[in-house]
Amino acid sequence: MQREEVIKTVNHFLVEEIEIEEKLLKEEALLKDDLGIDSLDFVDIVVIVEKNFGFKIKPEEMKDVRTLGQFYDYITEKVK
Amino acid sequence: MKRIVITGMGIYSCLGKNLEEVTQSLYAGKSGIGIDPMRKDYGYRSPLTGLVERPVLKGLLDRRSRVCLAEEGEYAYMATAEALRNANVDMDYLEKNEVGVLYGNDSSAKAVIEAHSTAMQYKDTQMMGSGAIFQSMNSTVTMNLSTIFKLRGINMTISAACASGSHAIGLGLMFIRNGLQDMVICGGAQETHYLSMGSFDGIGAFSIRVDDPTKASRPFDRDRDGLVPGGGAATVILEEYEHAVKRGAPIIAEVAGYGFSSNGGNISQPSDLGSSIAMERALRDAGVSAKEIDYINAHATSTVQGDAFEAMALDHLFTPYHTPISSTKSMTGHECWMAGASEIVYSNLMMLNSFIAPNLNFENPDEYSKNLNIIPQTIEKNIDLYLSNSFGFGGTNSALVIKKIK
Repeated sequence: MQREEVIKTVNHFLVEEIEIEEKLLKEEALLKDDLGIDSLDFVDIVVIVEKNFGFKIKPEEMKDVRTLGQFYDYITEKVK
Repeated sequence: MKRIVITGMGIYSCLGKNLEEVTQSLYAGKSGIGIDPMRKDYGYRSPLTGLVERPVLKGLLDRRSRVCLAEEGEYAYMATAEALRNANVDMDYLEKNEVGVLYGNDSSAKAVIEAHSTAMQYKDTQMMGSGAIFQSMNSTVTMNLSTIFKLRGINMTISAACASGSHAIGLGLMFIRNGLQDMVICGGAQETHYLSMGSFDGIGAFSIRVDDPTKASRPFDRDRDGLVPGGGAATVILEEYEHAVKRGAPIIAEVAGYGFSSNGGNISQPSDLGSSIAMERALRDAGVSAKEIDYINAHATSTVQGDAFEAMALDHLFTPYHTPISSTKSMTGHECWMAGASEIVYSNLMMLNSFIAPNLNFENPDEYSKNLNIIPQTIEKNIDLYLSNSFGFGGTNSALVIKKIK
């Protein structure tokens, strides 16, 4: 799966299911401070990622993922 | 002694989604009972239920609030939002004043069962998502209402089977009467999804009169064959009288007395003695006698045993006074954890509009109900004082006496 395809899928569920405003979805946006994703939201994102991309996010792999761009990279790498 | 009044109320049930719709249904004697086809596939003995439409909360509540709300919590939100609006209580007031919540609820089975199904499918509890725990706990309604409405007073769920909603109002009365709170949101909520009622159906408690669903719930009638489950939520705002006057709040009625008892025995069989004790205690607490009561909203659920024991108790206490009696469960079915609160809302609507809603399907009395003044069709009637009964499994009994404010 190409990065563009990952971005499209991630943005779709962030808008439709996590209800984040589309205009906030920028590569440099901080997941917590800019997008307001808290620990409970992240539980739901783990569920959605598993259903959409077929793998389970491991918390230890997410420790350096702070921005949305890094999140796209992480998923793109995992689904290669 | 402090007086406690109701300054707002809200309702979401099979009779309507707000006070106005429900008033019309009550007056018209319109049943909200129908068939849920899912129950047949699931293995229910009876597919009958009060039909309650799920509210659309997108646009009313943010995502986090919606994710944490179970079905009964959604109903409770709708009823509470209406009650607070009617009580002239807004978010600004709730943020600046200490308001409590005591709400009746005794299950959240759908959320528990769905979480279990997810675990069985994925073998991974994280796949249950972030809302499952907040939807699954018995206190789901109060934990969500207190979060949504930013409440800072007493905050707990009352679980007392089918008397939960009534006890919640009784306990709200106690908190205010004792000077611990000025205002408490009280009520009761009941899930209606087929996943929530299977075990109740399993003990053969439900009516199987499926050929004509609106005839199935027939409290006190000779040919009753069981209850019909229903649900939704009902909220009343309880407030100390002087506090309400000072605030310029609309005053709907006074909660004059609360009575309770426990039967001390059988888990499912009611007791005429136990229910009489609760009723007499409520009358004594209100400082009134049985002959002053203008109307009784009976607990009667349309079960053979339950109605007989209540009829015996009512016969003993009220027959000399020919007191009008109806069970609104003939229209709503048994709203279980919610019923004690919803029947206060229904009866308040009757009191405000001077009528008694009918005990539908009361066609022939039995040996226990033959002396009672059961009202089979809507009548115009001034109500100054009424009694509302609620009884539950384990022998828990609650009775409330409500007075018109003049």
